[in-house]
Amino acid sequence: MTDLAIAANGLCKSYGDKTVLDGIDLAVPEGTIFSLLGPNGAGKTTAVKILSTLIRADAGDLRVGGHDLATDAQAVRAAIGVTGQFSAVDNLITGEENMLLMADLHHLSRREGRQVTAELLERFDLTEAAKKPASTYSGGMKRRLDIAMTLVGSPRIIFLDEPTTGLDPRSRHTMWQIIRDLVTGDGVTVFLTTQYLDEADELAHRIAVLNDGRIAAEGTAEELKRIVPGGHVRLRFTDPAAYQSATSALREASRDDESLALQIPSDGSQRELRSILDWLDSAGVEADELTVHTPDLDDVFFALTGSTQSTEALR
Amino acid sequence: MSSPLAPTRPTRISLAVRDSSTMLRRNLLHARRYPSLTLNLLLTPVMLLLLFVYIFGDAMSAGLGGGANRSDYIAYLVPGLLLMTIGSTTIGTAVSVSTDMTEGIIARFRTMAIHRGSVLIGHVIGSVLQCVMSVVLVGAVAVAIGFRSTGATPLEWIAAFGLITLFALALTWIAVGMGLVSPSAEAASNNAMPLIFLPLISSTFVPLHSMPGWFQPIAEYQPFTPAIETLRGLLLGTPIGHNGWLAVAWCVGLAILGYFWSASKFNSDPK
Repeated sequence: MTDLAIAANGLCKSYGDKTVLDGIDLAVPEGTIFSLLGPNGAGKTTAVKILSTLIRADAGDLRVGGHDLATDAQAVRAAIGVTGQFSAVDNLITGEENMLLMADLHHLSRREGRQVTAELLERFDLTEAAKKPASTYSGGMKRRLDIAMTLVGSPRIIFLDEPTTGLDPRSRHTMWQIIRDLVTGDGVTVFLTTQYLDEADELAHRIAVLNDGRIAAEGTAEELKRIVPGGHVRLRFTDPAAYQSATSALREASRDDESLALQIPSDGSQRELRSILDWLDSAGVEADELTVHTPDLDDVFFALTGSTQSTEALR
Repeated sequence: MSSPLAPTRPTRISLAVRDSSTMLRRNLLHARRYPSLTLNLLLTPVMLLLLFVYIFGDAMSAGLGGGANRSDYIAYLVPGLLLMTIGSTTIGTAVSVSTDMTEGIIARFRTMAIHRGSVLIGHVIGSVLQCVMSVVLVGAVAVAIGFRSTGATPLEWIAAFGLITLFALALTWIAVGMGLVSPSAEAASNNAMPLIFLPLISSTFVPLHSMPGWFQPIAEYQPFTPAIETLRGLLLGTPIGHNGWLAVAWCVGLAILGYFWSASKFNSDPK
């Protein structure tokens, strides 16, 4: 238990009579990426705020970087870096001034501060924009500056609250690479929250699914995918009449009336696909689109969070 | 990524001084980059000064009695307007504290191993410095249009300067508290209105004895009037009486009140 970067037992938090976190347990080994996954309002941000000393928990035994959150918050602060959901940069001053401000607050010497600032601006591709006010930065640049500021103090544990929310796909992939490099290059521990399943799948060593203030499941992406039953073949129709006749022919299939689609359980193997196709032919069903769906975190997520929305809607 | 934290853990006091001066530098940088807010706030006292001297000057000086002329009225008006300048400048403080609190950067500061109060201390010292600068600027305009102190000794000048600084400190702490409880910059600006409204109902423009009897106690004992009468006494040699102690008591009281109010708001968990 000594190499846990973050250990939480029975973490509880409520606002008035609304329970946000209802006794969650977390164990994050050093040098790994841990992802807290959940829909909006699940309590992800509250968990980060508590673990990063921003707000106090109501109950729970919480240790971050080996220090007790309740009694030694200042020691925790010295070990962590936080990049919140909303950019934590000073928009009124330049990117470089933001970095130097962090250097001053970490009590680096002037020379060290300039050196670290130059290194990090270079590493995050911000050297050109260094002298411009942060308010003029794009979303992706602001997020990169945000992380660069977090790294000034060389934190051992980094909290990233929805680091790619609102970023375009390219910036998102850049951010993923940055996060991977943090762990492989600097050996830090990353605690990441996200509502994107592919992000957790892509980055995290371990994933906890947070739903309604409780951990619904925890494990590696592979372990979680094993929770849900196999994949399916999805048939989509454009003509409501064709859809109706198909639903009466294929009573075994589960229906999605809204998008005119049917789902037939399948493991996705060639043999099964062929037999499904034969069966469709003999039933006289002609789908406009056929897709093979292997189980992914989406299935886990919807199985665990009990959402009835179609997976397509959230992608 | 060469450097970890400073090898020796600094003492609490040196940490406080160091982090507060970093925060002060940040606030002064803001003020230097965006001077328009401060300058806009200076406009009110300067406009009032010119308005009351050049437009209403003759009527107002008649109100002073004893055959006073316009230059007598300038002398009467300036001490109050200097203190009004402080009230006006601290509205800017309330706005900038409130704006700051809505920014993510404050959440970052709260998760760093820095002196916790440094954010507010930086704002307070920055604000007091801005107040003093503003008073000097408005004072320069006053001198340009003919204000002269009458035989103030160096000691009285020092006391006047001390009073201005103390008054600025008191209003600043109140403004910081107003900024902390205001959800937005607009709300902060509205909540801080008393800081500019109170000098209007003080002895800034007209003597207390010219006001209706029922209103005189209100005007006499609100925080601005004792400070104005004291400053008037120091610069112009008018009698100060009990106003000196009253002014200092108001300043110290407001500063302490504002300090504890702000500290408790700042230390409570953010939403």
